[in-house]
Amino acid sequence: MRAFAELYQSLDATTKTSAKLEALVAYLSSSSDADRAWAIYFLLGNKLKPSVPTKALRKAAIEAAQIPEWLFEETYQWVGDLAETIANIVPKAQRLEHGSLSEWIEQYCRPLSKLELSEQIALLNQCWGRLDAQQRFVFNKLLTGNLRVGVNARLVTKAISEWSGIDVDVIAHRLTGEWRPTFEALNQLLEQGSETASPSQPYPFCLAHSLPANFYESLDSMNFRAEWKWDGIRAQLIRRNGLIFLWSRGEELLVGRFPEIESAATALDDGVVLDGEVLAWRDHAPLPFSELQRRIQRKNVSKKLMHEVPVRFVAFDLLEHETVDIRPLPFEQRRMRLEHLLTTCYPDANQSPPTISVNHLLPAATWSELAARREEARSVRAEGLMIKRKDSRYETGRVTGAWWKWKLDPFTVDAVLIYAQRGHGRRAALYTDYTFAVWSEGSLVPFAKAYSGLTDEEIRVVDRWIRANTLQKFGPVHEVKPHWVMEIAFENVQLSTRHKSGVAVRFPRIVRIREDKKIEDADRLQSILELVAARQG
Amino acid sequence: MSPGFKHLLLMTPAGLYCPVGDFYVDPWRSVKRAIITHAHSDHARSGSAKYLAVHPSKALLQLRLGLDIDLQTLQYGESLAIGEAVVTFFPAGHILGAAQVRIEYRGQSALITGDYKLQQDATCASWEPVACDLMVTESTFGLPVFHWPSTAQVMAEIIQWWQENQRAGRTSVVFAYSVGKAQRILMELCHSETATGPSSLPAAFGLPGPIWLHGAMLGPMRAYRDSGVKLPDFESVSVAPSGTDFSNALIVAPPSAQQSAWMNRFKDVSMASASGWMAIRGTRRRRNLDRGFVLSDHVDWKDLNCAVDLCNPEELWVTHGFSDVFARYQLEKGRKALPLKTEFQGEVDSEEVQV
Repeated sequence: MRAFAELYQSLDATTKTSAKLEALVAYLSSSSDADRAWAIYFLLGNKLKPSVPTKALRKAAIEAAQIPEWLFEETYQWVGDLAETIANIVPKAQRLEHGSLSEWIEQYCRPLSKLELSEQIALLNQCWGRLDAQQRFVFNKLLTGNLRVGVNARLVTKAISEWSGIDVDVIAHRLTGEWRPTFEALNQLLEQGSETASPSQPYPFCLAHSLPANFYESLDSMNFRAEWKWDGIRAQLIRRNGLIFLWSRGEELLVGRFPEIESAATALDDGVVLDGEVLAWRDHAPLPFSELQRRIQRKNVSKKLMHEVPVRFVAFDLLEHETVDIRPLPFEQRRMRLEHLLTTCYPDANQSPPTISVNHLLPAATWSELAARREEARSVRAEGLMIKRKDSRYETGRVTGAWWKWKLDPFTVDAVLIYAQRGHGRRAALYTDYTFAVWSEGSLVPFAKAYSGLTDEEIRVVDRWIRANTLQKFGPVHEVKPHWVMEIAFENVQLSTRHKSGVAVRFPRIVRIREDKKIEDADRLQSILELVAARQG
Repeated sequence: MSPGFKHLLLMTPAGLYCPVGDFYVDPWRSVKRAIITHAHSDHARSGSAKYLAVHPSKALLQLRLGLDIDLQTLQYGESLAIGEAVVTFFPAGHILGAAQVRIEYRGQSALITGDYKLQQDATCASWEPVACDLMVTESTFGLPVFHWPSTAQVMAEIIQWWQENQRAGRTSVVFAYSVGKAQRILMELCHSETATGPSSLPAAFGLPGPIWLHGAMLGPMRAYRDSGVKLPDFESVSVAPSGTDFSNALIVAPPSAQQSAWMNRFKDVSMASASGWMAIRGTRRRRNLDRGFVLSDHVDWKDLNCAVDLCNPEELWVTHGFSDVFARYQLEKGRKALPLKTEFQGEVDSEEVQV
């Protein structure tokens, strides 16, 4: 546990990639196989399941620290992180125990989740009594499933490759999909040769960079192809050994969520992997993302829901064809094979609406034509364009130059800050979670929550102001004097019965503080509703 | 505020006021007579006609407020009658010349702690408990998550970090308040009463390498030495010969230097801060620091409670920091306690003001 807690601390202490890599390699080199398997599991962002309810942790901590519950809650509100609050609030360890990561997980973490509340509290207190504050923090994070290590999969992959001497692309491929913290998984990961064993294994996703403003002028449009960029779930559809697997970009297996896609996939040739987007779709256009969300949340979908929210898989790339990994082929060749494959597998596509279809390339030769198409994105309910270099291979991760996303400019409104709450993580203890309102019939109605977008300096200024201008408190939420007008950007807007304002916005964020505007100058709800109307018209 | 102490102490828009003595303690406006607990900028403000403070704070106060202020000083333990009140200073252990102020009137006594800590600090006199009827305490770190490690442990961490940086060829820069914290660290590092002389020479005191200061540290360092604290005469980075290799050095700088162009002279650098706030991950990460050392000149949760118990006042007023929380906690434990509203931006980052 100590070594893993120290690894966590080293990763947390630096923003330098080279230092993080060094720490990861050092940990892998010096730990046991059992610890390595678990460490990789957590580093890849996996959680212990089931987790221990925070209620048990809270109760145990209150008992151990011998403080009133309100004081614990006040302290937690200020610290902003439950695991850290507990790590620092409980008494110092009596006797440190030097168990390894895997021993702690097998002996304490996993049994803990299965106990009754009173037994959990007792065992938690025993555990905390054997760990120092740093280890307690990591231990609590493991229990609550909130361990965020601040390394991405690519860096972990690189570290494993550097430590094991196996090619980084091979490691990347083998790590894609579900990672089980077992000896077998570790052995498969570290096997010599470049074969991958499991038929369910997806490929690492190729990711796009945003196209910087006017950057395209430096690119030759003839070298690129364009297609619509949809707002759905990025996924890989795998047909191997007669089996079907659907993986999300978060590398979660979506089995059973979209039965119509799985059923349509039975018509695909064997030894095929498609990259595409799962979308809720009716007639000729996708449904809003909120509709798709109704499907994502269900593990077992009813007939009724399938009828209300039909889905389809829109394929835009072919990664494996006739059991061969064709990622090294140029994009254009993969596309040709993709189109040919789908036409032969779904010959009736023209008569009945296909559940698996191809994302068509947009016929446009120049940047000005493409820019014009991009402007039309909203009318076909797309987010914008994807621009892909014709001769690019299918890259691993976010590699500059192969794929670009060229999204529509977001909607923006000027809104008034009315509620504030303390942030979490880096911004814990500062008031950084804001609720914004717009005018409706002479009063301010809340319409969006936004967290990011201000500089550290601006955050400090607003934070100080909030402390001095709180009108009343509702638990952790401070109602503040309407004063700050900020420009809020968002990607999309939908009517919603769940929100007081009657609209729900997607990905709201703060663009800037409008010092030049008074609260009276903020936007009206009516103008947001007009955006909805224009968007749907 | 209880009417029971209305002759002794009141909270006014200008700060804590003693009616029977007609003076203020650490006022934040210009007044006729100000008693100052210590020389940090949020306690010692300029513009008052007359000042009274404890003698060891003289040099620091003159540095902060100017040589021309009308300043009267007393020794710790020495009493002075002002109007109908009697004022006595006791050590607060916060920084050099930090004092607790006791005010007595007709058998009643009020103690204003100012900022204080119970941990030992070789640069100043140690805190003493003072029995009183009314205690006004700070609560900068008045939450039960604050538990200070021992100074020896923190110093060992600092030296280890410095040595790791040396091996990697990185300059070690530690940010510490230029009045108090910096001297405490330097004193601990040299932990020697005889050490004097030019110190930028490597390993002068059995240390891993040379120590250099930010220019803003020189004034307070001189004031400390003039007050009799035996600190070596470290030099400013700016007088280092051009081409000086700082990669094995420890640089001590005020927190404000982190964002300044002054930092550019160090190529590969590891930045650390020494502050009680470093106990919390969020505050450390927000400052983009490589390391945080938990070293504070205030009381932590345990010591705060301990100090209140030792002074055992009939009534407790809580200021500077988590006043609401700590007052409520004490109230529930059966002590009459109430939070004071101040103009200070307590809660977060209050130490930051004290550059």
